[in-house]
Amino acid sequence: MPKICSLKEAIQQFVHDGDSLYAAGFTHLIPFAAGHEIIRQGRRNLTLARATPDLIYDQMVAAGCASKLIFSYIGNPGVGSLRIVREEIEAGRMEIEEYSHFGMLSRLQAGATGLPFIPMNQTAASDLEHANPQYKRVTDPYSGKEVVVLPPLNPDIAIVHVQRADANGNAHIWGIIGEQKEAAFAARHVILTAEEIVDEAIIRSDPNRTLIPDLVVDAVCHVPFAAHPSYTQGYYDRDNAFYLAWDKITETRQATQAYLEEWVFGVKNRNEYWQKLGEETRTRLAVAPRWAAGVNYGEY
Amino acid sequence: MGSIKMSYSATELMIINASRLLRDGDVVFVGVGTPNLACNLARRTHAPGLLMIYEAGVIGARPARLPLSIGDPTLVSGASAVCSMYDIFTFYLQRGNVDVGFLGGAQIDRFGNINATVIGDYDHPRVRLPGSGGSMEIAGWANRCYIMTPHQKRRFPEKVDFATSAGFLAGRWQRETTGARGGGPLAVVTDLGLLEPDANGELVLTTLHPGMTVEQARANTGWELKISSDLHYTQPPSAEELRILREELDPQGIYLK
Repeated sequence: MPKICSLKEAIQQFVHDGDSLYAAGFTHLIPFAAGHEIIRQGRRNLTLARATPDLIYDQMVAAGCASKLIFSYIGNPGVGSLRIVREEIEAGRMEIEEYSHFGMLSRLQAGATGLPFIPMNQTAASDLEHANPQYKRVTDPYSGKEVVVLPPLNPDIAIVHVQRADANGNAHIWGIIGEQKEAAFAARHVILTAEEIVDEAIIRSDPNRTLIPDLVVDAVCHVPFAAHPSYTQGYYDRDNAFYLAWDKITETRQATQAYLEEWVFGVKNRNEYWQKLGEETRTRLAVAPRWAAGVNYGEY
Repeated sequence: MGSIKMSYSATELMIINASRLLRDGDVVFVGVGTPNLACNLARRTHAPGLLMIYEAGVIGARPARLPLSIGDPTLVSGASAVCSMYDIFTFYLQRGNVDVGFLGGAQIDRFGNINATVIGDYDHPRVRLPGSGGSMEIAGWANRCYIMTPHQKRRFPEKVDFATSAGFLAGRWQRETTGARGGGPLAVVTDLGLLEPDANGELVLTTLHPGMTVEQARANTGWELKISSDLHYTQPPSAEELRILREELDPQGIYLK
């Protein structure tokens, strides 16, 4: 199969019931289109890992896709609680594995770089260490002092949304680059969604901007606006109004299911979703350009 | 320039007093919401050389609008650098390059420990809160930490249900034995005044905002609050501080109520 395929095909081929999944992106470039496609295809018993589960996992949990969450901050950023996730945890229906952001990132870093475990300095706070047995301590063989260690995280699948990629999956990302590279190298399989598929020459014109190389990528899907209600730097703004609206929608399970029916099951793909959002929303999220100065790589 | 009423809200008082704790040239790890307002206010008043770092991996941010999330695109446009989150927590924070961390939490206890994880038991929580995010390492490793929170009894228990982030644990000596590099909390800024740790790390009332009383502070604290023998009052907000806050930083009044 060529790497270029539809998102539907990529999810069919690489995401299976029971898999562990990391949908990358810290506030920026969250791959909502892929989350919605996974919901449409009815995946079950997924282990969902993300530093901030954000609305994408609240929606996937509401749709019944997940049996376990691995996370470091389960709020609705800038708003409050993720109501669905919170209710599931409070009711004892969702298995959890909890870290600090740095703990979560360190696990990905170890997974991405092939380490058996990764050390970090003590923080003086130990309640989370006690709550999660994955946190362990070992003696630093050089100083004789204790350091905190965590094992690698190697998800079955990582999904990363990018500004532009070539057909082989070499991807340019700019703006907040949270943990995309680490997630891509840590995972066994990687699905890219991209705002634009560009000629290889565009990628090669600025190799320093290639955060993810084709060698770790399995599928490349052209999905403009895949990050909404998150954002893509330089392409469209974060839909802060929707993050507030989700807080209202999730006040009842009925309204949550109605949302999923209309906006996930009720559309075929991201293009339909984006059209359905309407002109007013698309205009509100439009962003004026602000170009970087060009760099000269030199002709050698 | 609109006319500024010289009355102000409890939230404005808290933000302005937090901003005054920052020093020119500080490298500060900024949280979204009220800490963001305090830092941007400081940079526009007494601390023009303040370097603002955001956990999303942004260094030297100059937000042109009020960021509503910790990863807002306005933080990136015009910033001096962007890096991965692993880099921000290692090269910057763990290495010791961050002077100040600003933190909040659902509960702050007598020794400045912070709970952002659960109310009740961890395995069977009465209320499940968002959790650490960056807080555990910021509290551990920033040279100085300031905590901002409204002064309410339920937020100030004798002991937190879960210590997400360390203050002085059960006393200053205990934090020191862990070898965590940061100095711990230097002050808790509330809407009534400031609590600062004594020699043992216990938070005592050192400062009241204008118009607030010792009795209010005692009544809204969950332990027997000690009062500093050198209790003093903060300077009222200046017209300029209020103007910047209301007209430039939060013109829609999203955080200023």
